[in-house]
Amino acid sequence: MIWVPSHFIDKDLLMKNKNRIIRLQKKALEYRKHLIQLAHSHSFGVHIGGGLSLAEILTTLYFEVANLDSGNPDWKDRDRIILSKGHGNIGLLTILAMKGYFPFSEMQSFNQLESFYSMHADAHILGVEHSAGSLGHGLSVAVGMALAAGLDQKDWNVYCILGDGEIMEGSNWEALMSASHFKLKKLTAIIDRNHLSQEGTTTETMGLEPLVKKIENFGWFVEEVDGHNISELLQVFDAEPIGQPKMIIANTIKGRGVESLANKTKSHFNHLDENQARLALEDIEKELMSLQ
Amino acid sequence: MKSTNPFLGKSSRDAYGMVFYDLAKDNDRIVALTADVPGSVRFNKFRESWPERFFNFGIAEQNMMGAAAGFAREGKLPFVSVYAIFAALRAIEQLRTDIAYPNLPVRICVTHSGISLGPAGPSHHTLEDISILRSIPNMTVIAPADGTSTAMAMSAIQEHPGPVYMRLNRAVEQTAYETISKYSYGKANLLRKGADLTIIAYGASVGNALLAAEKLQEDGIQASVLDMAFIKPIDRNAIIENGSKTGKILTVEEQNIIGGLGSAVAEVIAENNLNAILRRVGIPDEFTLAGPYSELQAYYSIDPKGIVREALNLLDQTS
Repeated sequence: MIWVPSHFIDKDLLMKNKNRIIRLQKKALEYRKHLIQLAHSHSFGVHIGGGLSLAEILTTLYFEVANLDSGNPDWKDRDRIILSKGHGNIGLLTILAMKGYFPFSEMQSFNQLESFYSMHADAHILGVEHSAGSLGHGLSVAVGMALAAGLDQKDWNVYCILGDGEIMEGSNWEALMSASHFKLKKLTAIIDRNHLSQEGTTTETMGLEPLVKKIENFGWFVEEVDGHNISELLQVFDAEPIGQPKMIIANTIKGRGVESLANKTKSHFNHLDENQARLALEDIEKELMSLQ
Repeated sequence: MKSTNPFLGKSSRDAYGMVFYDLAKDNDRIVALTADVPGSVRFNKFRESWPERFFNFGIAEQNMMGAAAGFAREGKLPFVSVYAIFAALRAIEQLRTDIAYPNLPVRICVTHSGISLGPAGPSHHTLEDISILRSIPNMTVIAPADGTSTAMAMSAIQEHPGPVYMRLNRAVEQTAYETISKYSYGKANLLRKGADLTIIAYGASVGNALLAAEKLQEDGIQASVLDMAFIKPIDRNAIIENGSKTGKILTVEEQNIIGGLGSAVAEVIAENNLNAILRRVGIPDEFTLAGPYSELQAYYSIDPKGIVREALNLLDQTS
């Protein structure tokens, strides 16, 4: 490994960052609250499980790491973020609304006829860089964007969020190969490693391990973190590998925060009933209190 | 006149390489993407001149096609060139969802189309691309007839804001255009006028149809030949106008008989209540044989002799 994570366990830095981290933790809880409410108000159901596993990843990326301007979504030098696991769209829309790309009220049309606020990420929506839904597409698009940036000697970053089930698609491995071949150091991919695909565990569906080694052997700088730990996420986002793309394997819990769904396959797509939503919101309030 | 046309006698893919190189000189937004076949798709001159704008994705077409979308999203004008089969089938979902859905200006200029890589057999024959591509919204589908018309096709799509699929041949086609004329976007070119039947074709079949029309004339049969280079958007008016004049239409294509030009023409005839009889010539709904290109063309009746035979069948059918 080229990069030495010298500040990885720097306690002083952690203290300095404490306020920053608490602010982000609160944001993540706010995100969770919105998501629970959306999953309750949309009787057809939403991709709640993945939305919840993405909470801290999206919050850290959108509220701290990425260089964005919601008032100027087409700003040329912004960082690009592609949600390749496009079914996490309910989470993406939530974070974009929180960032001010559009008011939450627009999401009332979610899944309705002629609305682009729908089950899968759609670039008709402000702030969405590329439409996604069919798995195994986003990383290739991200590779093309990063190559274009390199050609124009631009300094912006490309972030691509993948699902762990998603990387069963072979096209990802083509993209992984090419990103290291082209030395795309401005490309960071994040795998939301919640260990569950639609109808089973990734272990029983199609074994992915040893995932770190596999991706390292494809020429990437790889770090594995707790995907719900904002402090760990911040540090790994800060790491600057030399001449390599970076992969963050973020271990998460699908459905985290809704006890009846957490780490269960059935969390993939669900409507939350009154009771589920109430309990989850009460837990969030308790967590918020503990941060005061 | 011949000396002024550098594309005469060139294959469509050779002409493509020449025109592409000239375009790239004046437009630094152009990038070239391929998958291990830069020489085959005539990218080598570009590659030597502008290596920084040349991207070889290795034998991984899906990733190449997705990356083309990324380039286009960032303001580049990607030309993606591989063998037709690997763009239109292997990477079709990236083409559809990442390029066509956002209507990105990507030029997918594919070579070795149809059965033009004859001995390579069915794994390398591309006989479904027209039917697939024309059912994808936002796509423009164009198949120039020869080297000269490839240059015309490149001009016709130059300013088009959306994605374009351009179908090119491996071999040198029968000449359809002696001099450089013009394709207008979405319009067919009437290359020959005749009152007895209308032959509609695209790609290599156009030159073959012209030769067939000459043979037919020797027997006193006058055939119109319509170059339907733009399969999408298709020139409905040209079909209606020419079809109603002759009342007999023969479509010829190097594509599976299902879903290609013949089907597109049938749709126009049926929807416009056109009083015309249609005979479709193409590859029947079966997997092709391997063999030399010219022999395969003869085998499937899409060479000049075969087209004459099918034209006579059509005339018999209506007499």
